[in-house]
Amino acid sequence: MTATATAPVPMADTPISVRAHLRHTGALVRRNLLWIRQDPESMFDAILFPVIFTLLFVYVFGGSIGKSLGGGQQAYVQYVVPGLMAMMGMNMAQGVGTGFNTDFNSGVMDRFRSLPIGRGSVLFAKIAVELMRMLFATAVLMVVAVLVGFDITHWSGLLASVGLSAVFGSALMWVFLTLGVVMKSAQSVQAMGFLVLMPLQFGSSIFAPTNSMPGWLRAFTDYNPLSALADTARGLMLGGPVTHSLWITLAWSVGLTAVAAPYAIYKFRTKS
Amino acid sequence: MTRIDNNAVSVRGLVKHYGDTKALDGVDLDVRQGTVMGVLGPNGAGKTTLVRILSTLLRPDAGEATVAGYDVLRQPRRLRRVIGLTGQYASVDEKLPGWENLYMIGRLLDLSRKDARARADQLLERFSLTEAARRPASTYSGGMRRRLDLAASMIGRPQVLFLDEPTTGLDPRTRNEVWGEVKAMVGEGVTVLLTTQYMEEAEQLASELTVVDRGKVIANGRVEELKAKVGGRTLRVRPVDPLQVRPFAALIDELGITGLAGTTVDGENGTLLVPILSDEQLTAVVGAVTARGITISSITTELPSLDEVFLSLTGHRASAPQDAVPADDRQEVAV
Repeated sequence: MTATATAPVPMADTPISVRAHLRHTGALVRRNLLWIRQDPESMFDAILFPVIFTLLFVYVFGGSIGKSLGGGQQAYVQYVVPGLMAMMGMNMAQGVGTGFNTDFNSGVMDRFRSLPIGRGSVLFAKIAVELMRMLFATAVLMVVAVLVGFDITHWSGLLASVGLSAVFGSALMWVFLTLGVVMKSAQSVQAMGFLVLMPLQFGSSIFAPTNSMPGWLRAFTDYNPLSALADTARGLMLGGPVTHSLWITLAWSVGLTAVAAPYAIYKFRTKS
Repeated sequence: MTRIDNNAVSVRGLVKHYGDTKALDGVDLDVRQGTVMGVLGPNGAGKTTLVRILSTLLRPDAGEATVAGYDVLRQPRRLRRVIGLTGQYASVDEKLPGWENLYMIGRLLDLSRKDARARADQLLERFSLTEAARRPASTYSGGMRRRLDLAASMIGRPQVLFLDEPTTGLDPRTRNEVWGEVKAMVGEGVTVLLTTQYMEEAEQLASELTVVDRGKVIANGRVEELKAKVGGRTLRVRPVDPLQVRPFAALIDELGITGLAGTTVDGENGTLLVPILSDEQLTAVVGAVTARGITISSITTELPSLDEVFLSLTGHRASAPQDAVPADDRQEVAV
C-alpha cells in the first residue's frame, strides 16, 4: 500500500464520473427489478389498475357521458382512454413515495449511504424502475382499450403521448419521492398522496369534458396539469390542437422536476 | 501498512447534540492501525452516534475526525471507499438473495461484473453461506444475517471496519461464531472499531478499550489495564435446586459480600451473580455455601459486569436513571 505511505493531502472529493453514476444506478435498478421477481404480486396494481378503470368508466359512465359528447359509449372510449393514459403516471408515482419510505427506513439504506456512490443514484434507480412499471401498465391499458373498441388515428401520436406521460409521470415521482423521504411513515405518505391525487384526478378533463362544470371548478380544472396532459394525449392520438396544452404539460413537468428532484436528493443526503 | 505513525481513526473534541441531549460531548479517541478498539458503554452513551459520524452517516456539530487519514466532513467519499460498516440492525436487503446483496455492493464499489461475481462467491464461501446464496436474506437465521452483513462490509477490502454492537440480540452460540469471524478479519490486518455493552465481548475482541458514558469518555487504555483498575470479578453460582437461588442471595447480602453493584439473581439460568472484589470474598462465598449446606452444580468466576465497571470508574451505575430498578430487571445489562 504505497499510496498510504505519505499522509494524504486533505484534498476535496472528486466528482463521480457519469459512467460510475450509470453503473451505480444500474446495480440499484437490478435490485429493484429483483424485488419484482421475488414478489410478482407487486405488479398486480400495474395490471389491474388499467383493466378495472377502463372497464368501469367505459361501461358505467360511457353511455351517458358519450351521449353528451354527441355519440354513444364508443365516443366515450375515444375520450377516456387518452385520459386514463395520463392518469397512469400519477398512480404509479403515488406508489413510489410509499415504497421508498419503507425502503428508506430499512437498514440497507445506511449501507448505501456509507458507500462511495452518488446518493442520487438510489433515487434515480427507483424512478427508472417505476417508469418501467408505468410503461408496462400503459401497454396493458392499450390492449384493453383496443379490446373495448379504441381506435387510434395517429400511431406516432400514441408514442408521443406515452413519452409525454413518462416525462410528466417522472416529475410527479420526484414529488412523491420527496414526500417519501421527508414524511415519517409510509401510511402518512399514502394518506397525503390520496388527499392530493383525488381532487387532481377527478377535477380534470380526464373522465369528462369540463364545459358543463361550474365556473369556479373550471378555473381549477383548466390549470390542472392532468387536464393539460389528457388533452395533449387526445390531440396527439386522435388529431386536434395540442400546442397550448403541450406547453402547459411540459412547463409543469420541468417546474416540478426542477424543484422536487434537487430537494429530494438534498433531503436524502442530509437525513440522518 | 506503512502508515505506522498515523492512527487509523483519530477523533478530537467530537460533539453532537440532539436538541437538549448531548449524544457526544467532546469525545477524543485514537485507534492505532491494525488494532481493535472496543467502545464500551450502556445504551444511550453515544456509541452509535460515534460510529455514524465516523462512517459519514451523520455530521458532527463540532470537533474533528479522520478515518484512514480522510476527514469525515471534507472527504466523505474517499473515506467511504476504505471503510466497512455493520450496523446494530442487519444492513442487508432482506428481499434479495445473499449472493445478489454482495454482487450489488461489489458493483456499487466499482468492481467489474466479473470481479463483483468472484468476490461475492468468495465471501459467501468464507462466511459459510454458499448453500444459502440463492435464498432471500429474509429466510436467514439471525446469525446468518449477521454473517452476510459482515461479508457485505468486507467486499471493498476495507482498511477500517466499524462494528456497532455486532452481537446484540444473538444467542451465545451464534455470538461465538460472530466473534470467530471478527477475529479472522482482524488477522487479515483490518483495523476495527467495535461498540459493545459487554465486558466479555470487549475482552474477547478488543486490545484497547474506551469506556463512554453520556457522551463522554470516562476511561481508556489496554483491556488488561482497565480490568486491573476495575479489580472486581463476578462469581456465578448455580444451586442444584433453582428455588435455593433467592434464599442464597439473601444470605450473601447478609454477609455483606456485594462488590459494588450488589448481587443479581439470574432467574432464567437459575444462577446467582455475586460481584467480588478479592479472593477473600470468593472464599467467604464458598464458605457460606458449605455452611448452609446448599448443593451447587457449578461455580465460576467471570469478568465484571458493565455495572461493576461503571461503579468502579464513575461511582454510578451504567444505567444511572434506573437505579431503583430491582435486580432481576437488570439482567440484560449484567455480565
